[in-house]
Amino acid sequence: MALLELNGIKKIYGNVRALWDVSISVGQGEWIAIMGPSGSGKTTLMNIIGCMDKPSEGSVILDGVNISKESARNLTALRRDKIGLVFQQFHLINYLTALENVMVAQYYHSLPDEAEALQALGRVGLQERARHLPSQLSGGEQQRVCIARALINYPMLILADEPTGNLDEANEKIVLSILRNLHAEGSTIIVVTHDPEVAEEAQRTIVLEHGLIAAVTENKREKAE
Amino acid sequence: MFLRMVKGALFRQKGKMLMIAFTIALGASLATAMLNVMLDVGDKVNQELKTYGANINVRPKEASLLDDLYGMEENAAETARYLREDELGNIKTIFWAFNIVDFAPYLETRARLNGADEVRLAGVWFDHHLELPTGESLDTGLARMKNWWDVTGEWPSDGDTDTAIVGGLLARRFGIQPGDRFTLTIGAQDVDLLAGGVFDSGGAEDEQIFVPLPVAQKLAERPGLVSRVEVSALTTPDNELSRRAAQNPKGLSIKEWETWYCTAYVSAICYQIDEVMSGAVSKPIRQVAESEGAILEKTQLLMLLITILSLLGSALGISNLVTASVMERSREIGLLKAVGANNSPIAGLVLAEITVTGLLGGVAGYFAGLGFAQIIGRSVFGSAIEIKPMVIPIVAVLVFVITLAGSIPSIRYMLSLHPAEVLHGR
Repeated sequence: MALLELNGIKKIYGNVRALWDVSISVGQGEWIAIMGPSGSGKTTLMNIIGCMDKPSEGSVILDGVNISKESARNLTALRRDKIGLVFQQFHLINYLTALENVMVAQYYHSLPDEAEALQALGRVGLQERARHLPSQLSGGEQQRVCIARALINYPMLILADEPTGNLDEANEKIVLSILRNLHAEGSTIIVVTHDPEVAEEAQRTIVLEHGLIAAVTENKREKAE
Repeated sequence: MFLRMVKGALFRQKGKMLMIAFTIALGASLATAMLNVMLDVGDKVNQELKTYGANINVRPKEASLLDDLYGMEENAAETARYLREDELGNIKTIFWAFNIVDFAPYLETRARLNGADEVRLAGVWFDHHLELPTGESLDTGLARMKNWWDVTGEWPSDGDTDTAIVGGLLARRFGIQPGDRFTLTIGAQDVDLLAGGVFDSGGAEDEQIFVPLPVAQKLAERPGLVSRVEVSALTTPDNELSRRAAQNPKGLSIKEWETWYCTAYVSAICYQIDEVMSGAVSKPIRQVAESEGAILEKTQLLMLLITILSLLGSALGISNLVTASVMERSREIGLLKAVGANNSPIAGLVLAEITVTGLLGGVAGYFAGLGFAQIIGRSVFGSAIEIKPMVIPIVAVLVFVITLAGSIPSIRYMLSLHPAEVLHGR
């Protein structure tokens, strides 16, 4: 059974068709890349999969739950329990340390556990920088904190929006390496990206254009060790 | 974690939080200053008004009755009984003794001036030292109660038994200058007096001669007696209870009577004076008492309006600052929602931050307000404003309410935020 099933998704804003009849199935442990030019509907699709928006039509089944029919409160709970979000802009809370930023996600999920949060920072190579504020971290380090925060509650699905979009080449490699490791450990990952190199890391690339699926490409790359 | 988040927000965003705390402090200081001044302004204005004379007239029962019925003030002195001079000290032993600022006894009669025309004569205490039954002492008299009189020459002292002060109109009619001597005669008694001063009061007193009380008592052959007493007392403005009590104190319930008796209403003070002076009827000089009440009420209303307006201004300031702060933090709030926070914990977080800020601002504002109150007291009334402990809970509640009220728009805005809109712009 697929972890995520999108059937005939449409999203309309006024006269604008942001998404039109999009159907995607994502299996457990799969790594999917979503590509497309600006305005193609990538962000809208990301918001719907991430339980931050609802489709105008169609159904979205996440782990057996039709999220297109859930209330805002239930969507928040689903997001909290099943999804880890990674943002292009990192969206760290600027008055909390790296460690506290990770613990925030724990706090709203269950109970904050400092040791576990430190461990998560260790997985992205930032244990030493745990007590630093975001302003004291580089862009790459901030993105790694963002990934650690996404991982902390052991989500079923990691949803990354342009995770390397604001990073230099060296940091891009570090972040991709982390994602590769997560995938190797069995995480299901959906990455929205402009970057073909990032997309190549995925097993499948879905290309959107004008809200429609323009192409689906199976990548030949072997699953990272 | 909650505390860590609150602490982080407070200590790592000092600038913003200090600005909010400053606004709250400003509102709290204004409220504290205005409330303290408002609660003390009654006494202050009362003291100011007391410099303009008496507000209670104490007369013997019969004189009072004749005056009430026929307006026979002149004849009353002929027929009425008198008040006893040795009981005057009792006025300072009543329940509201501390509110009695000054009093002056009068023995009023008529005498022939220099063997010719008959003039009105009053024996008074000019500046009398009185040993009270309580063991305390008091200096009181006409010179203290009529300190606005324009006197040419000197006020006589109580020790000068041959010195008088003459009303301006009378002095000009008879050509009396300060330092001149004149004779007063009643029947077979006469006395030679020195005009120590000539005064202009702008009232009926300008046709009178004031002499030391013992001189008048001797001339009128009324030793140890006075015909009336003027009392200047600090009073609380009248209300419905005091008006009912003034008409008939016995018509009050026990509880009402106790409230009335233990409040410095002019009618309660009159009642208490009547209790300690034999055959006395005390009556408020209505015009003065009511004017004082009206001035007090208007002053207090003005202070209250200023307090309310300053608090409204403060609430608006807090509202704008908190809303601006929340709008600046919309991404952070969107993120918290994205990682699974519901509206209530986020509202709780923001409210906790504002409450702590409000508490700090409120405490700072309270103490600053005490300082402002003293500045107002010194510059307007020339004396310190008494600090009223009851202002603390009032200011605490006001700060809580205005902070909460000021936070409502920002919380509404926060609850309406969708994470997708603030994090992804859609």
